[in-house]
Amino acid sequence: MLQALIEPLQYSFMQRSLVIAVLVGIVCAIVGSYLMVQRLALLGDAISHSVLPGLAIAFMIGADIFVGAFIAGVLSTVVITFIRTRSPIKEDAAMGIVFSAFFALGITLITIIQKDNKIDLNHFLFGNILGVTAEEVRNTAIISIVVVTVVVLLYKELLFYTFDPLGAQAAGLPVNLLNFGLMVLIALTIVASLTAVGVILVLALLITPGATAYLLVKRLNQMMILGAAIGIVASISGMYISYFFNLPSGPAIVLVTSGFFTLALLFSPSQGILTYPQSSSGVFPVWRELKSLMRIKN
Amino acid sequence: MDSNTAITVSHLEVQYRNVVALEDVNLVMRSGGITGIIGPNGAGKSTLIKAMLGLTPVTNGIVLYQGKPLMNQLDKVAYVPQRSQIDWSYPATVWDVVLMGRVRKSGWFRRFSSVSRQMAAAALERVGMSDYRDRSIGQLSGGQQQRVFIARALAEEAEIFCFDEPLAGIDKKTEAVIFDIFHELANAGKIVLVVNHDLGKAITHFNDLILLNTELIASGSRASVLKPENMNRAYRGQVVFFEGEAA
Repeated sequence: MLQALIEPLQYSFMQRSLVIAVLVGIVCAIVGSYLMVQRLALLGDAISHSVLPGLAIAFMIGADIFVGAFIAGVLSTVVITFIRTRSPIKEDAAMGIVFSAFFALGITLITIIQKDNKIDLNHFLFGNILGVTAEEVRNTAIISIVVVTVVVLLYKELLFYTFDPLGAQAAGLPVNLLNFGLMVLIALTIVASLTAVGVILVLALLITPGATAYLLVKRLNQMMILGAAIGIVASISGMYISYFFNLPSGPAIVLVTSGFFTLALLFSPSQGILTYPQSSSGVFPVWRELKSLMRIKN
Repeated sequence: MDSNTAITVSHLEVQYRNVVALEDVNLVMRSGGITGIIGPNGAGKSTLIKAMLGLTPVTNGIVLYQGKPLMNQLDKVAYVPQRSQIDWSYPATVWDVVLMGRVRKSGWFRRFSSVSRQMAAAALERVGMSDYRDRSIGQLSGGQQQRVFIARALAEEAEIFCFDEPLAGIDKKTEAVIFDIFHELANAGKIVLVVNHDLGKAITHFNDLILLNTELIASGSRASVLKPENMNRAYRGQVVFFEGEAA
């Protein structure tokens, strides 16, 4: 058994993949908690899809593709805010419009580049964790440390702002700056996760670990710590599953996270669907849930 | 009326996409009393407070406190939003929320000092919620949630207290605690502004009233504002007068 767990580690590509998976698992869970508590899960999706054109343009002009991706990610939040505040269009529609436009532009540009260059659209869409270089691991490590440090330093301000933006503004906190800072943290996190899981599945790592923890604990800091722990466990076990069963790594990690979420959803001591105190009526809880599902259909 | 300890609102005007929410409001608010802001639905009561504090864009006007723009002195303000503006499923405990009142005073990158923790604990004690310190805010009743927010405001050591609809949907016990605290703050020389849409018995607690219906209808002592002609103008004839039911 132990032999089987150590076996993959003799390959340096597996070592690098495991390190980056763990880093991404931690930082996504922490930053994603802010998205979840602000009901901005869709924004995570919007930013991650919006990084593609920045990446492509940076590649075309020979700049660092991750810098380009970051700029495009932040730019998308600026455009979303602009549409939301300057027109009667609501936030969700603004996000849908902006991120699909950015995404379409990104796919178009990368398809054009692909013809003459060794660059693979699929690597950006789904990640290429087994092919990460030592330099990419180092970059992700630096970004992760920066992001976690900022979250620790600004924890009380961001807690106040995300819980009660008006109250925070009335207390004199620079809420626009805090909001922009939060967007920058999210964009950085997504860029750091690109090589591991790609733009399409990064949302799962941002939201699911935090949402799982949310069902189990009652404070934001606990949610972040437990979410990060879930992220670590899911990343490591996802990588092993993908190694032994020859499955794609990013999806394997996401499926493990989703499995944890399902367990918490059903069995959380305080809020689980099957364990919540209201089921003390003597009726078998699974039966009760099935019946209520039928009732909704009727 | 001592203008040094008062707020002066001049020509305040707010528009949302060509809809006028507040029109040329001029008034003075004094310290040492409880000031109620009343008027029908959509009269701009909450907007007045938000505009004064810069929480909503202002198209015209200026608000001064002790001769200087109030917006540059927000460290002297404690604001309690309407309960409906808060997501009560947020993962925070009562203690987390009360400590938010100390964020600004603590300064950037710093942890809460022991003084801040003591002030937060004292504020929680004052509203009778000490036993609920580690409770999730989502598990509280409406009145308890309101008391936690009042505690947060007390912890801010402010000079100006603004409460948006603090009496909406709360129990009798909370109402008593809240008015007790309002009187205490007023007696300590603070400015206490309370948006209140219902004209029930609670109105007798207010010393001064501001009656709005987009424009300022009347302001001043309670008796001078609650005249039938003012009320008719504000409520366009459909007066639910103040001996009526407390909805």
